[in-house]
Amino acid sequence: MKFRRFLGLFCAAVISAALAGQGSDSAAAEDKVVKIGAVFPMTGGAASAGVHAKYAIEVAMDIINNAHPELGDFPLAKNAGLAGLGGAKVDVVFADNQGSPATGQNQALRLITEEKVVALTGAYQSGITLTASAIAERYSIPFVNGESVAANLTERGFKWFFRTTPIASDFAKIYYEFLTDMKAAGAKTDNVALVHDNTEYGTSVAGTITSAFKEKGLAITLDVAYAVNATDVQSQVLQLKEKNPDVVIMISYTSDAILFSKTMQALDYKPPMIVADDSGYSDPSFIKAVGKISQGTFNRSSWSVGPPGSPTAIIADLYKKKSGDEMDDTAAREMQGFFVLVDAIDRAGSTELAKIQAALKATDLKPEQLMMGYKGVKFDDKGQNILASGVIIQLQDGENYVSVWPKASAAKAPIVPYKGW
Amino acid sequence: MSFVLVQVIVGGLLLGAVYALFSSGLTLVWGMMNIVNFAHGDFVMLGMYVAFVVFTLFGVGPLAGAPLATLLLATLGVVVYFGLIRDIMKGPMLAQILGTFGLALLLRYSVFWWFGANFLSLPQNIVGGTFAIFGLRIEASRLLAGAVALLVTLGLHLLLTRTSLGSKMLAVAEDSTAAQLMGIRPDTMQAIAWAIAAGATGLAGALIATFFYIVPTVGETLGIVAFVTVSLGGFGSVPGALVAGLLIGVIESLSGYLIGAVYKDIVVYALFLFFLWFRPQGLMGKA
Repeated sequence: MKFRRFLGLFCAAVISAALAGQGSDSAAAEDKVVKIGAVFPMTGGAASAGVHAKYAIEVAMDIINNAHPELGDFPLAKNAGLAGLGGAKVDVVFADNQGSPATGQNQALRLITEEKVVALTGAYQSGITLTASAIAERYSIPFVNGESVAANLTERGFKWFFRTTPIASDFAKIYYEFLTDMKAAGAKTDNVALVHDNTEYGTSVAGTITSAFKEKGLAITLDVAYAVNATDVQSQVLQLKEKNPDVVIMISYTSDAILFSKTMQALDYKPPMIVADDSGYSDPSFIKAVGKISQGTFNRSSWSVGPPGSPTAIIADLYKKKSGDEMDDTAAREMQGFFVLVDAIDRAGSTELAKIQAALKATDLKPEQLMMGYKGVKFDDKGQNILASGVIIQLQDGENYVSVWPKASAAKAPIVPYKGW
Repeated sequence: MSFVLVQVIVGGLLLGAVYALFSSGLTLVWGMMNIVNFAHGDFVMLGMYVAFVVFTLFGVGPLAGAPLATLLLATLGVVVYFGLIRDIMKGPMLAQILGTFGLALLLRYSVFWWFGANFLSLPQNIVGGTFAIFGLRIEASRLLAGAVALLVTLGLHLLLTRTSLGSKMLAVAEDSTAAQLMGIRPDTMQAIAWAIAAGATGLAGALIATFFYIVPTVGETLGIVAFVTVSLGGFGSVPGALVAGLLIGVIESLSGYLIGAVYKDIVVYALFLFFLWFRPQGLMGKA
């Protein structure tokens, strides 16, 4: 009995120590290491995306912290560490948002108050970026987001939130122009259906596309909303099959995207054109699981590998070595956001929050300094990158996406109708 | 009745049969021992991963994967009973709830650690493709899962009502002290119940893996449905779980199609609560 008691107390002590033991480093270490927090989904329906984001940021850390002369003049690659801070290294503390806005917010709070990070990045899901950045705003911590596209993230009047990726309204414009071009080439694009989940991402992107199209005179004929992390989507696919739209725009995270592809094949439904809004459809898991039965899916992207020897090709290679997968658009955008953040810290020459904020506001990166195909990085007073842009890609062989629009940057011509399997 | 509506109902029945398949084990454990096994969904998840590993290593489909998953999960069930359940049953209710919940997390994150977060899949049409009967599209994999659900329900029901083993298990559930006096060892009966229940989840997981994606968190998603199915069907009633599963599947499918997919959960749970208000013991549970 006495031993059992001791064992019980011992276990309790170990657990308490483990839980409390994420203590922050002493102040003396701050000058040598710049601590940045990263909130991403490591578990839950979008975990695959979060894990790939982690790989991307780890590759970026390697490029920043070590000398990489082969990347030429790519920002932060030449020297080891941050030149503006006397060679200080960057350390990223990752936190799991578990796919929940409340958890994401708590994790952001923990990173700020306990880990004492000087900046945050993340959080993939727009709904979670919303809450996590709200905490950062309250504590005056710079938050740079590279991948969440819901429009309202930069409509809150925040002073500490910056976003490098193109957003829903940019993509709505791109989709409209793409469909107009396809119509001119002979495809039918008058009936457009939107399929989206009920999260901040799905709802706001659907809303943005609907109003953008309406302005140009193209009405959405069918809006299919579904609860995220669905167990079954047969009814939704049957609705689509019945209405038979010319174009289906899919706005889904990975698990739902996979389910939709499988169900479409089971119910033998092939819309003439499927345009996917990135996220789930760009996830390497999606391609591995159902790529072969989703051939011809269109998608948006701002990433392309570039010729061998170019910085983007080298980065793609480093990423492949680290993760085992090809770089996808979402992971690339996250990495770009991270580079922009660290570049600002470097220019600020200090870890003082106000100086980092000022450096971010003054960001003016040229296309040749970026890994993404943006026209540059320059933030407006809402914190949005006004030079972000994108192209349309297509999953032509079921394995790789190739750029198909606009014609000037297309690797191949778009193929319609949707092939599926 | 429009043709699409028939397809929706058929889809709902097939979906419901799947729900019944992985709930059958839960009602056995819950009904027999009053233990709510929060790790139930994660047992199913493990069954899915076993099927995946069998396919990756040997290239065989559920013909080999399902029996192996059943066996492995049954063994896990016995281990969990002797290692965890038997002791927490003596403790307060909170310990029981947290115990199986902790087990769920342990299983889930072990799989995360070992397999990673990527979504895995068995190849499309590993059991057979989709075929059309009178123009209705039916997936062979779901049909198989549905047929097995019926067989498992029948098998469990016969076991409990027609065999002496079943009588012994029910005796222990009713009054374990009296059963002991009759020469039945409660420990053995409860371990057998856990083995059967866990084996059923293994079978369910292996079959579901033929048409659903495989990821460590799938237990969360399916687990909730299992609880609702068992509650609606009545604790301890295996046929009840089947009927409840089918009902939930059809209601979900119909409301998704007629009202809108975002509302289908609201409809299902509203009806569920409403029904329990009238009849708390569920469809076929004992009062």
